Amino acid sequence: MTTSRSDVTVESVVRRVVARHRGERGALLPVLHAVQAELGHVPQEAVPVLAEELNLSRADVHGVVTFYHDFRREPAGRTTVRICRAEACQALGADQLVSYARESGLPLGETAADGSVTVEQVFCLGNCALGPSVEANGRLYGRVGPARLGSILNGTVSS
Amino acid sequence: MNNPSHSTATVYVPRDSAARSVGADEVAQALQHAGGRGDFALDVVRNGSRGMLWLEPLVEVVTPQGRVGYGPVAPEDVDGLLAAGMLDGADHPLRLGIVDELPWLARQNRVTFARVGVTDPLSAEDYEAHGGLAGLRAALELAPADVVAEVTASGLRGRGGAGFPAGIKWKTVLDCADELKFVCCNADEGDSGTFADRMVMEGDPFMLIEGMTIAAHAVGASEGYLYIRSEYPDAVATMRRAIGVAREHGWLGKGILGSALDFDLHVRVGAGAYICGEETSMLESLEGKRGMVRAKPPIPAIEGLFGRPTVVNNVLTLATVPVVMAKGAQAYERLGVERSRGTQVFQLGGNIAHGGIVETAFGITLRELIEEYGGGTHSGRPVRTAQVGGPLGAYLPESMFDLPMDYEAFAAAGAMVGHGGVVVFDDSVDMAAQARFAMEFCAEESCGKCTPCRVGAVRGVEVIDRIVAGTHRDENLALLEDLCDLMTEGSLCAMGGLTPLPVRSALTHFPDDFLGGRRLLEIHPVQATEGTA
Ligand SMILES: Cc1cc2nc3c(=O)[nH]c(=O)nc-3n(C[C@H](O)[C@H](O)[C@H](O)COP(=O)(O)O)c2cc1C
Ligand code: SF4
Ligand code: FES
Repeated sequence: MTTSRSDVTVESVVRRVVARHRGERGALLPVLHAVQAELGHVPQEAVPVLAEELNLSRADVHGVVTFYHDFRREPAGRTTVRICRAEACQALGADQLVSYARESGLPLGETAADGSVTVEQVFCLGNCALGPSVEANGRLYGRVGPARLGSILNGTVSS
Repeated sequence: MNNPSHSTATVYVPRDSAARSVGADEVAQALQHAGGRGDFALDVVRNGSRGMLWLEPLVEVVTPQGRVGYGPVAPEDVDGLLAAGMLDGADHPLRLGIVDELPWLARQNRVTFARVGVTDPLSAEDYEAHGGLAGLRAALELAPADVVAEVTASGLRGRGGAGFPAGIKWKTVLDCADELKFVCCNADEGDSGTFADRMVMEGDPFMLIEGMTIAAHAVGASEGYLYIRSEYPDAVATMRRAIGVAREHGWLGKGILGSALDFDLHVRVGAGAYICGEETSMLESLEGKRGMVRAKPPIPAIEGLFGRPTVVNNVLTLATVPVVMAKGAQAYERLGVERSRGTQVFQLGGNIAHGGIVETAFGITLRELIEEYGGGTHSGRPVRTAQVGGPLGAYLPESMFDLPMDYEAFAAAGAMVGHGGVVVFDDSVDMAAQARFAMEFCAEESCGKCTPCRVGAVRGVEVIDRIVAGTHRDENLALLEDLCDLMTEGSLCAMGGLTPLPVRSALTHFPDDFLGGRRLLEIHPVQATEGTA
């Protein structure tokens, strides 16, 4: 393993996280969640360390990181805004929200140039009676029209 | 009202995330602020939601007549409500009356949801005062086989979609000789239009813990896992806190309630993969792997988590067990129709005026749910269709709304009850776009293990696009039929196997949308693959 500064940091974070989850059965998912919570994403350098610590092959770890939508290989914007595109929200105009975001220069999957916000799609937030639903940094918003989405995007940009 | 001798009023403001999504936290703060200023004597209790979601935030005040509701309350309404005498249940344009007597609620038969929205979800005292633990206490008096027999006799079937009898599954696990067995609760709830699992976890978490503990006693398990999707951070936090409280009270851990039962419970958070709601995929995920579907057999009851015998049940299934044990199998079995016993928790969502939770005995019709409970569409336009049972469920035209909600009747009509989600659409819906979305969703969420699903869904999107564009329409319609057959027959699990259900139902009941050049909705393109179907 190389020993550049950033590698040391990622490595120490990963080892500390793994130590915390030692003793849990099949701990890779909780470990990956914790690594992402600390680093904002799961960097490539984390993979060999995880493999070594958890006695897995690198291919196994890589396979898990890439399988799940939640784990990012790259950092996202400071805020992530997720627009629900599942059926109940579609029935209430979710696609208008997607269009609105795109017209504001934030198509799905993209991060604003200033790194403030990333817009993503999500399939159902469990708020299907009060859609269209949007989630921003873990906070749920219901009955979101384009205007409200605009303030969510702006509000999060300014914070 | 503004009277210092007035005893402290108890005011309920839901902490359910749907209520919070439309401002419940701000309303609670405004109330607390008024209390803090000393103008009014009030205690705010954060309850679960009653499931009348169009009335959220629904504020309830305890009065000698009962709990009086006001809603939907905006933060800026709070001062006016207090000034008008809300703490005494006084009149106001937002006053709804005694909540328990509201027709929408009074007509229901709340069994699983009896406490949700009534109690403080994290108060152990509240839980016991409202009948909590009676089921576990009754179960601990019985031998495991007798608990299994009771659950079997109740007719309780799995609420996660497939409707497999819970007692029969438990018996299989009980009959395994292994030392180590698991109880796993499937709280992935990935289906669009379903939110009852979330509301149980946020609104009455001890009930689920109690149900899992009864399951552990019944089958001889010592460890349990609760697999909650990451899209539900509030449910994750509430369940974790509830497990902590349960341990402190001796409801989990060693020698539960003074019995010989040892059982502990862990929360695991998913990572954004719909397929992890499929039980074998969930087990893989719990083991720290990619959520790839396992071929059955072996069934999880015999070789489940880490190869050990495992009960896998949905949240509602497990949460219903305490009441079955407390009230007896017969009381539960008496509700319902044919082989669909007990109650079902219907979830009304999408374009509906009165969306929320309707718990009632099986056998109610879709029309009663949508028109009488739901009050028609939110937009005020005519209802065109409802998708029942999640993204893999059929789209039903209005002409089929008199179908009774029961597993067999729905299956016979080429539809499914699934998890009880009903998603309503008005007449602006483009059914070709919905069919395309079903294929797109399958392509996006396929675990990739088998070809009919992995490749078929991508092809499905392309073929529907060609049909709508009018390119070789007849040939492509025939091709879509073939593709649907192939996916139905050749897929390893219901993800690929049932995706043709929404597609075909849209095509059968709404053919004009595929042929008339109605504009497709804006849809994020799926990754294209080489070649043609
Ligand atoms: C693609 C797919 C997704 C599923 N998602 C869920 C889910 O989110 N929650 C759930 O309880 N069951 C889900 N199921 C059903 C489970 O595989 C399983 O039948 C269920 O958890 C068993 O519990 P029950 O018998 O209590 O219903 C899904 C099945 C498939 C094929
Ligand atoms: S049908 Fe789809 S989700 Fe199911 S096993 Fe096959 S590829 Fe995986
Ligand atoms: S479909 Fe959007 S919250 Fe459920």
